[in-house]
Amino acid sequence: MKVLVFIKRVVDYNVRVKVRPDGSGVDTDGVKMSINPFDEIALEEALRMREAGQADEVIVVSAGTSDCQQQLRTGLAMGADRAIQIDTDKPLQPLTAARAFQALVEQQQPGVVLLGKQAIDDDNNQTGQMLAALWGRPQATNAAKIELSGDTARVTREVDAGLEVLDIDLPAVITTDLRLNTPRFVKLPDIMKAKKKPLDVVALDGLVSDAGNDLKIGNWSPPPQRGKGIMVDDVAGLVTELKSRGLL
Amino acid sequence: MSKLLILAEHANGKLNPATAKCVSCAVKIGGDVHIAVFSDSGQAVAEQAARLAGVSKVLNIEHADFTDPLAAMIAPELAALASGYSHLLAPSSMYGKDVLPRAAALLGVNQVSDIMSVNDARSFTRPVYAGNAIIEVSVPEDMLVAATVRTASWAAAEEGNSAEIEQLAAQSERPSHTRFVELQSEGGDGPDLQTASVVVSGGRALGSAENFELIYQLAKKLKAGVGASRAAVDAGYVPNDMQVGQTGKIISPELYFAFGISGAIQHITGIKDAGTIVAVNKDADAPIFELADIGLVGDLFQIIPELEQALD
Ligand SMILES: Cc1cc2nc3c(=O)[nH]c(=O)nc-3n(C[C@H](O)[C@H](O)[C@H](O)COP(=O)(O)OP(=O)(O)OC[C@H]3O[C@@H](n4cnc5c(N)ncnc54)[C@H](O)[C@@H]3O)c2cc1C
Ligand SMILES: Nc1ncnc2c1ncn2[C@@H]1O[C@H](COP(=O)(O)O)[C@@H](O)[C@H]1O
Repeated sequence: MKVLVFIKRVVDYNVRVKVRPDGSGVDTDGVKMSINPFDEIALEEALRMREAGQADEVIVVSAGTSDCQQQLRTGLAMGADRAIQIDTDKPLQPLTAARAFQALVEQQQPGVVLLGKQAIDDDNNQTGQMLAALWGRPQATNAAKIELSGDTARVTREVDAGLEVLDIDLPAVITTDLRLNTPRFVKLPDIMKAKKKPLDVVALDGLVSDAGNDLKIGNWSPPPQRGKGIMVDDVAGLVTELKSRGLL
Repeated sequence: MSKLLILAEHANGKLNPATAKCVSCAVKIGGDVHIAVFSDSGQAVAEQAARLAGVSKVLNIEHADFTDPLAAMIAPELAALASGYSHLLAPSSMYGKDVLPRAAALLGVNQVSDIMSVNDARSFTRPVYAGNAIIEVSVPEDMLVAATVRTASWAAAEEGNSAEIEQLAAQSERPSHTRFVELQSEGGDGPDLQTASVVVSGGRALGSAENFELIYQLAKKLKAGVGASRAAVDAGYVPNDMQVGQTGKIISPELYFAFGISGAIQHITGIKDAGTIVAVNKDADAPIFELADIGLVGDLFQIIPELEQALD
């Protein structure tokens, strides 16, 4: 069984992004870029499936400019067998991404497709669900546990009320939450080895048109700032302050 | 004029308050507001939905397959209902986020996630980068608007209405490839985190599940909901449904207490809409103090018992 893992290149989660003064986006000059943390977890899970003998090939895929080859190489160094870059210079909106991913899924015929539950740049939380819809296959979002057995998977999902358990038939789309696993660290020799692993480039328009990119993104602004707070010295001060604001 | 359809969220015969918040967003957009209730027996929920001010009709769609809220079941139904509507809305709860993108893709439209505010019927603002930037998003003129509503940005619609309830039959084929097994709910008996007016949260500093009792006790005294940082959840002190933040719950209580939480941006994202934020941390340089309205430097193991006494 093949496992396809979609990994997006995003601003590292430790970076405090700043909106450009002209409102055209956020400053990404010289900013550290990484694999979207949820996608790194997705890749780790795929590698564990292979190590457990449940999968025989792990393919990482990223859509973006050639810059995202850096994240694909990291994915290969983590242990993926091969990589595919969907080459495009435009940021893809989820429907376009899902259409392109579906075309690739049809070509590769994986048993499991893993994505992060959300990309921490656009915070959309849509692409996996859209891919599952277009493909007409099950979706299990926010996975905290995945147990494969034959043609089905039992997935424990994080939901507002606690944990929901689903059984889904394969092939299926699963999106990952943070508690699924802790990704491994990449070791130096693996980085060397990864240079020899195959990385194919396909053009976006070889898969789909970008007609789905139809939402218009306007001005960017920084979030509203909260007023400056005060410090109190002790519990008595805290209680007085809360009472004076009518909160106690 | 706009015609809007809202996907109701409910459990155990109760309409989730997130739905009423979605109604407020729909009313702001303006137009004819309908609510769709999918369930195996939804009359009670439909009646609650019909009471929400601003709603003109509730569609009650009952089917034995709708016992559990599976996206694979609900999304095709919602897509089938969508024709004739200009807007399709759902709360950006875990449920809404699961179902709505699947329906949007079936309808061939992009989705606007997490509406914070409405500029006009087709133009909205929403947060990106964990709330570190706000963007304007517009949907082209002739296209269905599919959107989730960021519930922390909206007050619940008032009650006191009695909208018409229409019974509808399920229309689409329901797949057998996805099967509900169980819901493991560990939530305590205190007020619901997402609607509580006071929330008390604890972080990694609590050190153990036993110590977290301190937080529960204080919360009880304040009639507050209980939350936690991801570190506290990961360490196993509390169940995952208590996590506040980017990947947990986005909440907007009037009063929020953070005990032993450093203030990572992923946590901050979840509490920015709180009325007043109180932070207690023994490190005077903890980033949480940059955000807190009232800060107190000190050891929570001393401060919580003192606070409890002061409240008596
Ligand atoms: C993609 C992604 C998503 C994430 N989503 C979330 C999310 O939704 N929610 C979330 O919370 N986190 C999230 N995180 C994790 C986040 O980055 C932080 O790691 C986490 O919030 C830290 O939790 P904490 O503040 O409890 O722990 P720490 O950062 O370890 O802070 C503990 C604090 O307690 C203080 N302290 C210690 N002892 C005491 C004492 N006795 N009295 C008083 N203070 C004391 C310390 O000074 C310190 O400031 C996410 C991370 C990633 C990568
Ligand atoms: N350009 C991309 N390249 C690779 N994967 C992507 C891309 N965009 C989205 N994804 C995948 O889809 C998930 C959800 O993204 P989103 O719907 O944008 O929040 C991400 O965690 C990735 O797994």
